[in-house]
Amino acid sequence: MAMNKNATGYTFLFSIVMVLLVGTALAFTSLSLKPLQKQNEADKKMVDILGAIGITTTRENAKNDFPTFVKERLSIDSEGNVLNITSGDVDSKDASDPFNLDVKKDYRSKKPASELSFPLYKCENEGESIYVIPVAGSGLWGPIWGFVALKSDMNTIYGAKFDHKTETPGLGAEIKDDFFSDKFQGKQLRDAAPYFTIEKGGRETDIHSVDGITGGTITSVGVGEMMNRTLSIYQLYFNSVINAQANNNGY
Amino acid sequence: MGTENKTITPKRESLFSKKNRKLLKDPLGDSNPITIQVLGICSALAITVQLQQAVIMSLSVLFVMIGGNVIVSLLRNLIPDRIRIIVQLVIIASLVIIVDEVLKAYQPDISEKLSVFVGLIITNCIIMGRLEAFALANKPGPSVFDAIGNGMGYAWVLLVVSIVREIFGSGAISLPGMGQVKFLPQDWFISSGGFYENNNLMILPPMALVVVGIIIWIQRSRNEALIED
Repeated sequence: MAMNKNATGYTFLFSIVMVLLVGTALAFTSLSLKPLQKQNEADKKMVDILGAIGITTTRENAKNDFPTFVKERLSIDSEGNVLNITSGDVDSKDASDPFNLDVKKDYRSKKPASELSFPLYKCENEGESIYVIPVAGSGLWGPIWGFVALKSDMNTIYGAKFDHKTETPGLGAEIKDDFFSDKFQGKQLRDAAPYFTIEKGGRETDIHSVDGITGGTITSVGVGEMMNRTLSIYQLYFNSVINAQANNNGY
Repeated sequence: MGTENKTITPKRESLFSKKNRKLLKDPLGDSNPITIQVLGICSALAITVQLQQAVIMSLSVLFVMIGGNVIVSLLRNLIPDRIRIIVQLVIIASLVIIVDEVLKAYQPDISEKLSVFVGLIITNCIIMGRLEAFALANKPGPSVFDAIGNGMGYAWVLLVVSIVREIFGSGAISLPGMGQVKFLPQDWFISSGGFYENNNLMILPPMALVVVGIIIWIQRSRNEALIED
């Protein structure tokens, strides 16, 4: 049976078989590895949250270290009202656990803020209580995200940790390096938007801004954008906390 | 049945015959994919800011190139001519994606380092070029040698460019697993009262092109047969 490699029928047959085989192989790989990948992502998230409050840990230890430092996990709505408070070990199957809120997915979904809830982590390190806010936004090529930690005055930045999916290595990708995130430590937020700015090279930076990354302008702009957009929502919650504290002190 | 198998075996080529050595050696020099064929320039510009990224990228390209060359070479008598480019692209893309998925599950740290390169590996013209020019017309054995040769030819240019750029751009050298080692004393820098400043131009993509240009210049001045009119 001699096959004519150039016949149209053969070409079609070949493409159909190829697509089926490749599709099956990819779907099988993806599905069978999904649980492990999910677990890795959750571990990484814990490592990053702890990283934002200055604790270095490994993927293996993250599960144990996380509840030690993160005392409460809150979710708030876009008006700043608390929806849920959870503490203790993380249960990856419990949908009501604020830890399982996916801010990256919410950002992609482009839903209005009023339909979303926002996670907030109340942590404690060296006797100081720290609020960790997850942020998500867009860089030059794809998603960027991170965690911004605020001191108990809800205004001074305790630490920050950023990450990205596909930013240019050596340029925008450097937002994940310590030299960049270290610059945020001790900076303060402005009272009104823009709460914080990332400046282009050569410009003066003050207590409310940091120097962006050379050659990574759009990624740096993305970092500033996601911080300001997210902080404007958490600010409502912080204001209500500050007001409550002021009322308590008044009596 | 046993005798049948024996009779068809033609005289075997030794592993390091002259032909196989040529397949390995030529892409390192006179038919280098980057400096002579000017393929794969895009990734040479993008990821040569740091040595460690160049190392990871080189290893990934080498791996995908070997895999792709072997698969295409095995299928060479089945692939219809008219859709061969699509078939090659599908093979490369699925190979890269499967590798990335497996790493994501079992080696998340490596996968994180690799993630940005996945797109760059799939679109690397060298891989496609070798599938098209070599694997489609040759047996799997020589195809492996061709893939290793071209992968190494790509790798050494990447490594040289990234070493030059990292030393002059960041005053440091980085290797996977070791992080970035800054070897210049801190008080040499102007910011702490010294005389030295890193050259930021080196960090920007155009300098990669200039460094590749210098390599091409050296190479052609040493072998005049390579000079075109």
